[in-house]
Amino acid sequence: MIPERAINAAVICGLLAVPIWAVMADEIFTITLTTRAVILALAAVGLNIALGIGGLVSFGHAVFFGLGGYAMGILAFHAQTFTPLDLGLVSVNGTKSMPVIWVVATAVSALAAWVIGLLSLRTTGVYFIMITLAFGQMFFYFTISWSAYGGEDGMSIYVRNGFPGLNTLVPIQFFGLCFAALCLALLLQWRLRGSAFGLALNAARQTPERVETVGLNPMRLKLLAFVISGAITGLAGALFADLNRFVSPTMFSWQLSGELIILIIIGGVGRLMGPVIGAAIFVALEHWLGGLTDFWHVWLGAILLLIVLFGRGGVIGLLTGKAGPHV
Amino acid sequence: MSTVLIIEQVLNGLQFGVMLFLMAAGLTLIFGVMGLINLAHGSLYMVGAFAAAWVAGATGSFLLALAAALAAAAAAGALIEVLVIRRLYKAAHLDQVLATFALILIFSEGTRYVFGSFPLFLDIPAYLSGPVTLPGGIQYPFYRLVLIGVGCVVALGLWWLTARTRVGIQIRAGENDREMIAALGVDISKLYTLVFAIGAALAGLAGALVGAIQSVQVGMGEPVLILAFVVIVIGGIGSIRGAFIGALLVGLTDTLGGIFLPELFKLFMESGAATQTGSALAAMAAYILMGIVLIWRPTGLFGARS
Repeated sequence: MIPERAINAAVICGLLAVPIWAVMADEIFTITLTTRAVILALAAVGLNIALGIGGLVSFGHAVFFGLGGYAMGILAFHAQTFTPLDLGLVSVNGTKSMPVIWVVATAVSALAAWVIGLLSLRTTGVYFIMITLAFGQMFFYFTISWSAYGGEDGMSIYVRNGFPGLNTLVPIQFFGLCFAALCLALLLQWRLRGSAFGLALNAARQTPERVETVGLNPMRLKLLAFVISGAITGLAGALFADLNRFVSPTMFSWQLSGELIILIIIGGVGRLMGPVIGAAIFVALEHWLGGLTDFWHVWLGAILLLIVLFGRGGVIGLLTGKAGPHV
Repeated sequence: MSTVLIIEQVLNGLQFGVMLFLMAAGLTLIFGVMGLINLAHGSLYMVGAFAAAWVAGATGSFLLALAAALAAAAAAGALIEVLVIRRLYKAAHLDQVLATFALILIFSEGTRYVFGSFPLFLDIPAYLSGPVTLPGGIQYPFYRLVLIGVGCVVALGLWWLTARTRVGIQIRAGENDREMIAALGVDISKLYTLVFAIGAALAGLAGALVGAIQSVQVGMGEPVLILAFVVIVIGGIGSIRGAFIGALLVGLTDTLGGIFLPELFKLFMESGAATQTGSALAAMAAYILMGIVLIWRPTGLFGARS
């Protein structure tokens, strides 16, 4: 069986090789497709921290993805219309600068994750799944009826936001930015996993009582994991909005929350590279099956069923011969 | 804001509530007995609506259409129970969510493949259409009153089934201790298929009944499904009584919120902003209600205390 480390290295090399090949072959669309996979992977890496390590089955991570997207959308909208953004007490100008947008997107998502986590973590099991789903729907319906920022139609941003020293309109440069963000998030997850916090969180997922007995608060551990998780998914949302130069309430849809979980399951729950492999396979399937038939979701559904029923541990589980990361 | 409008909206809310109950009853029964979260319940609602629209189009009979909806949804339910769901009872919630999410994809795209993307229409039969005059001179659509009646009859029927029949005793016993009732000679896997088919039939019935006042289209089940989840979480998962109370609460909150919240905000805001804020809040009202209930009682109104 193949060691997980070799798989991880191969995935990173593959993710870099595809766009480099695409640049040489002048296949712009492939770069965009790979960028999409990288951004979805980033969102799922965020979810994987809550779901894989913390065991928190959040069915509402689209909230953070959407908040990141709307943070970008609203800031860029005010910048492109030269109208100030009125925040009640203060009024600020919009911005087209990616670093500023990223900071705002991560901060807003982290704050939302903190509030949602405080309320949702009182419940466990099915109730937790349902309440996170309900929060997702809350934001979804709120943005639909919020006509100031496009309501149901969403809003378009005409020019991609800028990053100092780069021309983000060149697909490969934007890919580079997203890839760097993904690598940082993976590094964070890897470091987190081995840290005291990560070990305690892992323990809190397995036996919260024991964690409590040694003087740690499982609720606080999970809340912190949920906040970190939400912040990363929020950053992915901002990048996704910049990729499409468009935000709409579908970024908050419960199907998107479901898809993020699917990415993790395809790759392998709790694995470092699980979300990345899942996202790559998902985007490839979407493109390939979507080109063959309009009804590609049927096949996606069938593949998913097979993975859940027979293939415990996802692709990484299959390749390494170990069903989970903890055995 | 007249009394007539208020009564009309309350009736609309009740009608929406009892239809939610038909969905929620099946969900809560399936969760209570088998411990399964079934996201594909909305697909069974859609199957019922499509079967009804198709049969009504072919035969012109609304009653036959309803029978077809019940039969098609129950059959689809029994089929997926035997093929897929049965393997998930002991699985983690995450696996159940994913497998049933996969079923949604298959059902939705399959239906789109067979019937196309355009909505179908199911007409209210002549003998059920038109307004009736209620005491106090209020004109109200007869069909919606019939829906409220059907919902209440089904609620009573379910209560009778679970509380007074042999199958009901087995179902309740299955909730408490499945090994014990298997040891007493009840074929547990047949019982599970039956419970699943009953839940599916109720969802199909709701789909057909609501299909006559809305359009019948792919994806119609999911918004209802999520509200039905809100209902069972409010009522306490596994409790049919909780599902009924929760469904009425959510139905009324959703309907009345949409009408009265914008009016309420107009009292202290300028009109445009009030409509905006009011309707945004109203769209979230059911979920806010659920949040409040869960903070107050983390296992719902009638849920088992853990």
